[in-house]
Amino acid sequence: MEVTINNIRKEFERFPALNDVSLKIASGELIALLGPSGSGKTTLLRLIAGLDFPTAGKIFFGDEDASNHSVQERNVGFVFQHYALFRHMTVAENIGFGLKVRPSSSRPPKSEIRRRVSDLLDMVQLGGLEKRYPNQLSGGQRQRVALARAMAIEPRILLLDEPFGALDAKVRKELRRWLREFHDRTGHTTVFVTHDQEEALELADRVVVMSQGKIEQVGSADDVYDRPGSPFVFSFIGESSHLPVEVKERTVLFQGQPIGISESVDGGGELFFRPEDVSLVDAPDALFGKVTACRRLAGTRIAEIDIANDGYAPYHVEVEVSLHAPVALGSVVRFRPTRWKVFTNN
Amino acid sequence: MSDLARTPKVAFRNPADEGRTTKIVLLLLSLAFLVFFLFLPLLSVFVEALREGWETYFEALAEPDAWAAIRLTLLVAAIAVPLNLVFGLCASWAIAKFEFKGKAFLITLIDLPFSISPVISGLVYVLLFGSGSLLGPLLKSWGVEILFAVPGIVLATVFVTFPFVARELIPLMQDQGSGDEEAALSLGASGWQTFRYVTLPNIKWGLLYGVLLCNARAMGEFGAVSVVSGRIRGLTNTMPLHVEILYNEYNMVAAFAVASLLALLALVTLALKTLLELQFGAGNAGGRH
Repeated sequence: MEVTINNIRKEFERFPALNDVSLKIASGELIALLGPSGSGKTTLLRLIAGLDFPTAGKIFFGDEDASNHSVQERNVGFVFQHYALFRHMTVAENIGFGLKVRPSSSRPPKSEIRRRVSDLLDMVQLGGLEKRYPNQLSGGQRQRVALARAMAIEPRILLLDEPFGALDAKVRKELRRWLREFHDRTGHTTVFVTHDQEEALELADRVVVMSQGKIEQVGSADDVYDRPGSPFVFSFIGESSHLPVEVKERTVLFQGQPIGISESVDGGGELFFRPEDVSLVDAPDALFGKVTACRRLAGTRIAEIDIANDGYAPYHVEVEVSLHAPVALGSVVRFRPTRWKVFTNN
Repeated sequence: MSDLARTPKVAFRNPADEGRTTKIVLLLLSLAFLVFFLFLPLLSVFVEALREGWETYFEALAEPDAWAAIRLTLLVAAIAVPLNLVFGLCASWAIAKFEFKGKAFLITLIDLPFSISPVISGLVYVLLFGSGSLLGPLLKSWGVEILFAVPGIVLATVFVTFPFVARELIPLMQDQGSGDEEAALSLGASGWQTFRYVTLPNIKWGLLYGVLLCNARAMGEFGAVSVVSGRIRGLTNTMPLHVEILYNEYNMVAAFAVASLLALLALVTLALKTLLELQFGAGNAGGRH
């Protein structure tokens, strides 16, 4: 099912949680809504589900305008952050709930419900746990019961709110791979919310990066990591350092001095680069600073460098250097970004 | 071994813990208080009631006026408790699940019967429905008696016992949030199905507990009811009122017989409550994710 979100605005007590958000989700896509807390990602998910309604804007499921449809009418599978399993019902009763509450005209007979529940349990690899209660399951098992329960109603799309948020690191990794396989097998259009960029980049076909109620960038993992579209995305995804610069006659100047790189547009702006996109140089036109700390990071070393020149505010940057590079503590190193981006102020 | 020998003589102790003497003193104090102020008086009710034997005891209870008071008390509780069950559910549902203006005011309003004296609650109804009021004569002309009749007693009891169910449910429902309800709705359940299959099972123990407390108070209410009832023997006397009348007539055995029955009802309620708490506690420990 294709989902189209058109100019959605959502206000809570006149505080805008989402501001003019538009997004097109292709059928069968696995989409991650990624952002810090308060960025509006969960609000957007709840609006798609029909658990909240937008202040303005429209949501289409395929060609059908779903904006005014209730959550029941939308027929979406929603997996809640803390699963919201019904604690007084067994696993089987939880999964069968969506079928049991259907109006008698479309409700399958009991034997059919039992069969479907058992199929779903097999699908989430929990066969044999029908009679358990939620509190007798581990976190990962509860998560999968919640998923099976959402799938039981044959939803048009699957929505997951922080699906791995409450799990420990190891289970999280396993379930992440498992969810990808599950998605590829069932082919449901799936949207999940996360604040964990690793999770979003690894799992999703496309990542929607959100900040302060707006979509900053939509793209594949490569897009958002290698070609960040805004200062926010550059600093939110992966490691990066940034310095205020000025571009004059295509030369990038830091604190009035050329640093050996050029840009096509003149003006003041902010220079962003990643620690790994830096090389040490022995030239006068380069950035330079004093090494204040060194951290070993797997096969490389991260040097923390303080740039402090008289008359200017001090800056702190991190660069990745090879293990043999001469970066003794307290020594002055000169370096240039090899890949960078300048976001101009205007 | 030499290390062990050098362990300080004073054992390490939980910082929040107290010395042995303090513990014993605190325990004895509270026990003594309970015995003198609660247990002995309660015991004396039963001793006094049975002083002239079981036969006199049952005779006192079977006496027509006493029997009428027992029936009236049960009737009032049977009307007031279900009403407050429904009101309490509605109010706590509204407060716990919705956001609206004046919520704090509504919560304060629910607490009102707790904070004002029951006598005043009774007087309010006298003012509302008395012969000098606007409503009283109008209702009387339609043949409806409120004051000095069963409706007035029910109204006063409903007023006084209103907070019990709501007070019990509001924190419980707020704590549970609306996640389970949203899950049920997203699975296609209607509002009623969500209430019936999800909300109600989640709050059933708290609800029952609130109803029990409400019932105990409904049967035991004295102040408000005494103002509106008119104390007509055999007609508008509830058990607490009847106890007082008998007592004032120096009919000690009968007074204590009825009082013992009232106390027994309270004790049964308390026992049920304790049982529920055990169940509730176990359900809580296991039922939380």
